[in-house]
Amino acid sequence: MSTTMDPAGAAPHLASAARTDAPPAIVLDKVNKWYGSMHVLRDVTLSVATGERVVVCGPSGSGKSTMIRCINRLEQHQEGRIIVDNMELTDDTRSLDAIRREVGMVFQSFNLFPHLTILENCTLAPIWVRHMPKKEADELAMHYLSRVKIPEQANKYPGQLSGGQQQRVAIARALCMKPKIMLFDEPTSALDPEMIKEVLDTMVGLAEDGMTMVCVTHEMGFARQVADRVVFMDRGEIVESGVPEQLFNDPKTDRLKTFLSQILRGH
Amino acid sequence: MSDTAADPRLLRAPPKRGIRLSWADERFRSIIWQILVVGVVVGIVWWLVRNTAHNLEVRRIATGWGFLSREAGLPVAESLIPYSPTDTYARALMVGVLNTLKIAVVGVVVATILGTMVGIARLSKNWLLSRIAAAYIEVVRDLPLLLQLLFWYAILQGLPAPRQALHPVEGVFLSNRGLKLPWIQWQDAHSFALLGLILGIVGAVFYARSARAKQMADGQPRKVWPVAAGLVLGLPVLIWAGLGAPWQGDIPALRGFNFQGGLTITPEYFALLIGLVMYTAAFIAEIVRAGILSVAKGQWEAAEALGLQRGRILRMIVLPQALRVIVPPMTSQYLNLTKNSSLAVAIGYQDIVSISNTTLNQTGQAIEGIAIIMVVYLTISLSISLFMNWYNARIALVER
Repeated sequence: MSTTMDPAGAAPHLASAARTDAPPAIVLDKVNKWYGSMHVLRDVTLSVATGERVVVCGPSGSGKSTMIRCINRLEQHQEGRIIVDNMELTDDTRSLDAIRREVGMVFQSFNLFPHLTILENCTLAPIWVRHMPKKEADELAMHYLSRVKIPEQANKYPGQLSGGQQQRVAIARALCMKPKIMLFDEPTSALDPEMIKEVLDTMVGLAEDGMTMVCVTHEMGFARQVADRVVFMDRGEIVESGVPEQLFNDPKTDRLKTFLSQILRGH
Repeated sequence: MSDTAADPRLLRAPPKRGIRLSWADERFRSIIWQILVVGVVVGIVWWLVRNTAHNLEVRRIATGWGFLSREAGLPVAESLIPYSPTDTYARALMVGVLNTLKIAVVGVVVATILGTMVGIARLSKNWLLSRIAAAYIEVVRDLPLLLQLLFWYAILQGLPAPRQALHPVEGVFLSNRGLKLPWIQWQDAHSFALLGLILGIVGAVFYARSARAKQMADGQPRKVWPVAAGLVLGLPVLIWAGLGAPWQGDIPALRGFNFQGGLTITPEYFALLIGLVMYTAAFIAEIVRAGILSVAKGQWEAAEALGLQRGRILRMIVLPQALRVIVPPMTSQYLNLTKNSSLAVAIGYQDIVSISNTTLNQTGQAIEGIAIIMVVYLTISLSISLFMNWYNARIALVER
C-alpha cells in the first residue's frame, strides 16, 4: 500500500475492545436499497458490537459508502431493518434526531463550514443540539482540538488549514457531540500522502479509547493494526468478512483475491 | 536547524527591474498606450463642451436654472406631496423624483419577495410547482420589458368603467380608473400606534438578542417568537385601543362617474409596478436558485449528521454561504429595476423622466432637463450601490 502502511503495518494489533456482553451497537438486517433500477445494497446483514472496530473495503461502486451513510440515514434504505444503539431507524424524525446525536460522521471531503472558525465549527452542534452553555462548549471543543493536536488553530477558518488539519478538525467536531459510534467515509482518500498519517494516527488514538468505529477505507495498514474485523463488499453485497490477517492473507473468494491484487499492484 | 534562525525566505529581496525605452518592453508599451487613451478622452470631452457652448450661442438659447422658480402650468395626475399646476417647475420635478422613488422602493421590495419565492419554488421537489416556476421565468425574461408594460397597461385599461367596476369585497373596486381600497381617516392615535409598532420591532430585536445571550450562558434554548410577536403586534394594538380605538373608515364610493374617498392605486402605477416586479423577479429567482445551489450538498450532510434541524441548517449554514453569491448580482437587479422604471413614460406614469421631458419641452432647456434626470438616477443608483456594498461586506464570507 502507500508509504504510510509500513510503519502502521509493523505496529502490533490493538487489543480488541469489543464487548460481547453488551447489546450490539449497530445491526443491519437484510438491508436493500435501489437507485432507480440499480440494486446498490443487496441483503446486507452486519452486526457491530459495542467497542468493535470494523473496516469496510471494496472496489468503488461496491456500495460501501452507501451502506455507511444508511447508518445515520443520509441515505434511506428501502427494505430490511437498521437498529442503532437499540433504536430502529424509521421515518419518525424523533428517532432519527436521537440516532444522529449518538453517531458521529467524518466525510471524505471534510465538509467543514467555511464561514465559521474552527472553534465555531466544533461548538455549533453542542450549543444548538445538546443545549450546552457556550463556555462549556468552548472548553469541550478545545479539549478535542488538543486531542487532535491543533488547539492553536482554533480561531482560524477552515480555508487556512491544510487538508490533514481540516480532517482532524472534522474528527474533533464529530467528537464534540460525544458520540457512541463513529462512522468514517474514506477519511484519507482526499488527502496528500504526507497528510494521511496524521489523520490515521488520530483514528488509532480513538480506537485505543474503545470507540465503536465503522470505517470505509483502503488503508490496509490501518485495517491490520486497528480492525477487529474487515468486511469486503462488492456489487452491493458483503462477500467476505473476518479478522484482517485471515482476510488479507487467505482470501476465500476470487473477487477478494482480484481486489487485493489490484490495490497492492496500485502502490 | 536552530529556532532562532531567521526565515531564509525573507533574506533575499527580489531584483528590481528597470524599464527599457523599447517597443519590445511590455511595460514601456503599456505606459504609452495609457498616455494615448487619456489624450483621446480629454480631446473628446473638450470637443463636446466647446461644440455645445458654440451651438447654444449660435441658436441664442439661454442656459441656467432660473426656470426652476417659474410657474410650471403642468398637470400631474398623482403626487405624494400637495401639488397644483400653478406650482413651480422645481416642485413639479420634486413630484417626479418622489414618484420615481415610489415605484423603485416598492418595486425592489416586492420583486425581492416574489423572486425569492419563485427561486425556491423552482428548486422544489414538487414537479408541478417547479415547472410552473420555470415556465414563468422563461416566458417573462425572454420578452422585452416595454412590451410587458404595454400589455399590463392594456389589460388594466380594458377593465370596466367605474359604474360597472369589479367589486369583490366591500370597499374594494377595480375599474379602468385603477384600484380603490378602503383606508382609515388618519388620527393621532394611529400615529402613536405606528410609533408603538416601531418600538415593538426594536424591543423584539433586543429581546431576541438577550435570549441568545442567555442561551449562550446556560445552554437552555428559549422560544423567542411568542414574545417577539406579542411586542410587534400587541404594543401598537394596545396603544390604539388605549387612545379610544378610533376607527373612521374612508371607504371609496361611487359618485357620479368616478369614486370618492379611499386609497387609490392608479392604472399607470399599477401596470408599471406589475410589469417591473414580474420582469425583475424572474431574474432574481434565478439568482436565488444559483445561490442556494452554490452551497455544496456536503454542507447539508455534515450539518444533518451532527443532528442539527433543517431550519437551523438553512439559517446558520446554507443561507450565510448562499448570500455571498446572491448579493452582488442582486445589486445589479435593483439598479436595473430603478432605471427601467423610466419606461413609465410609455404608459403615462409621471416619473422624473416624464416630468423632466415635459419641462424641457416647455422651457427649451434641454441640457438642464437631461442633467436633472442624470443626477437623479445617479444619486438613487449610487445610494443603492453603497448600501448593497456595505451589506455585502458585512455578510461576506471570511474564509481565510
